[in-house]
Amino acid sequence: MRSLILRKLIAIVLVMFALTLLVFALSHATGDPRYLYMTPYTRMTSEEWDAQGKEMGLDKPFVIQYVLWVKNAAKGDFGNSVHYQRNSLTMILENLPATLQLSGVSFLVSILLGIPIGVISAVKRTSIIDYLARGFALLGQSVPPFWVALVLIMVFSVYLGWLPTSRRGDWTHYVLPVITLGWLPTAGLVRLTRSSMLEVLDSEFVKLARAKGVGHVSIIWKHALRNALIAPLTYAMILLAGFMTGTVVVETVFAWPGIGRLAVSAALNTDFPLVTGLALVFGVMFLIASFIADLLYGLLDPRIRYE
Amino acid sequence: MWMMRYLRYIKELPILPIFVATFILIVAIFAPIFAPFDPIQGELDDRNVAPMWTDEADGTQDYLMGTDHIGRDVLSRLIYGARISLLVAGVVLVAGAGIGTILGVISGYFGGVVDEFIMRVVDFVIALPFIVVALVASVVWGPSLELVIILLVLFTWAGFARQVRAETLQLKTTDYVALAKISGASTTRIIIKHIFPGVINTVMVLSSLQVGNLVLAESVLSFLGVGIPPPTPSWGSMVADGRNYLSTAWWISFFPGMAILLIVFSMNFFGDWLRDKLDPRLRQL
Repeated sequence: MRSLILRKLIAIVLVMFALTLLVFALSHATGDPRYLYMTPYTRMTSEEWDAQGKEMGLDKPFVIQYVLWVKNAAKGDFGNSVHYQRNSLTMILENLPATLQLSGVSFLVSILLGIPIGVISAVKRTSIIDYLARGFALLGQSVPPFWVALVLIMVFSVYLGWLPTSRRGDWTHYVLPVITLGWLPTAGLVRLTRSSMLEVLDSEFVKLARAKGVGHVSIIWKHALRNALIAPLTYAMILLAGFMTGTVVVETVFAWPGIGRLAVSAALNTDFPLVTGLALVFGVMFLIASFIADLLYGLLDPRIRYE
Repeated sequence: MWMMRYLRYIKELPILPIFVATFILIVAIFAPIFAPFDPIQGELDDRNVAPMWTDEADGTQDYLMGTDHIGRDVLSRLIYGARISLLVAGVVLVAGAGIGTILGVISGYFGGVVDEFIMRVVDFVIALPFIVVALVASVVWGPSLELVIILLVLFTWAGFARQVRAETLQLKTTDYVALAKISGASTTRIIIKHIFPGVINTVMVLSSLQVGNLVLAESVLSFLGVGIPPPTPSWGSMVADGRNYLSTAWWISFFPGMAILLIVFSMNFFGDWLRDKLDPRLRQL
């Protein structure tokens, strides 16, 4: 287990290195990076222009510039947002809790729904429940999330008037965003749980447990499910990647004040410091989450630990 | 011929998804013939006109799916938008699957440092959150069709490379490859004649499963305003156009969304079917 943790930590450091290198390279991709740190309305004297160049180390070799940039980024200084004229990190931290709440709730909902539905769908194979579950899953993977959000708003907010259209608030504000954000991961979990459950239910040890007279419920939920969960857990990483895209879309449609919406508005305002800061924060969150998923995977399946 | 293998399945094709996909393809290719109005130039007198079959329709002309907020015919834009979606998906698929397959075979067949390097790059690409990279890139270069295609290719090849490498590793140890080696076949010949036909099924299945994702990804970017720039009609940006008119003109957002759903659903359905037929081992994808 220790070597697994070590290996994953090294991988994280490497990916972080590559990510910072990528963002740094992008800032130089169109020539002078100073242009990315200003808006069409920025006015500078040539002295200020030179001073900024000096501060960013543009007169020095690329390696030094990169080190300077990483040093600042590590301290949480991605530069001031050019649109809002405020520190990027402060803005990101202000918006982070809203995103974490929304994705946390959606994550829980999709696990609590996806896995049981997948199990039932596998056990009651080719029944009407199975077909419904598979249809729901296939639809969930095909439907554009932003459109689901709009249709939900159209039906439940505009037409029926039951739920609020947007922004944060009491629990009613969560219903529509959580449905939109959670559908795709739930669909993925249903499909994966179903297929790996089918495989496990067919295995020798389940037959042995049956032969020994273990009860039906206990076989399914204890013996089979524990082994079938490994595949959905590896999927957790893809699930989390989906959440990243999902939060960006859902927050934009529902005007949810999180970092996803901040990222889109930063991109539309061509706010380079803010958008790169967000990219790094998203990257770190993503890496931490996949690290946890890997550890869980190692805990559940001893074969992984000694690979 | 490995092509012959596919003929066998034609008898049991899933008719409906294929019909939908072919229909959209034909409409996209012959867009100027099918589109009743100009997709870019609207009739400013006919803003937010309801579809002709509803009671509210009151435009100077009949619009099957209504008009948008600057009087452009939704149906015509939908037809031209199909071009963008299919163009993006097609180009990205060919490039992504091509690069991924070649690198995957190289990685699996030669192993060693090359393999290690390619696989680390694959890990890195898979660990990147696509949407965030797309947002950063759009700030640096500004949104464009080319940028969308390049970004999607960058994120598509990795999946192919990883899966093809795994297949190649297995094929490499088969007897027929060993025999080919003994009888003096060159490396190029072995790869083209013996490895490639073995991975083609996997590539086909992965490709068909990817089409839907690519169409969705393009529409998400266009919806957020960092994909295909206006006035070019793209289904994603059409949905975005209607966002502010949900209560007064639902048709602006509704129809393009339905179109995305329809094509993605059919392609996913088709992909699932193809996978079950050709390569059940890929069931977990």
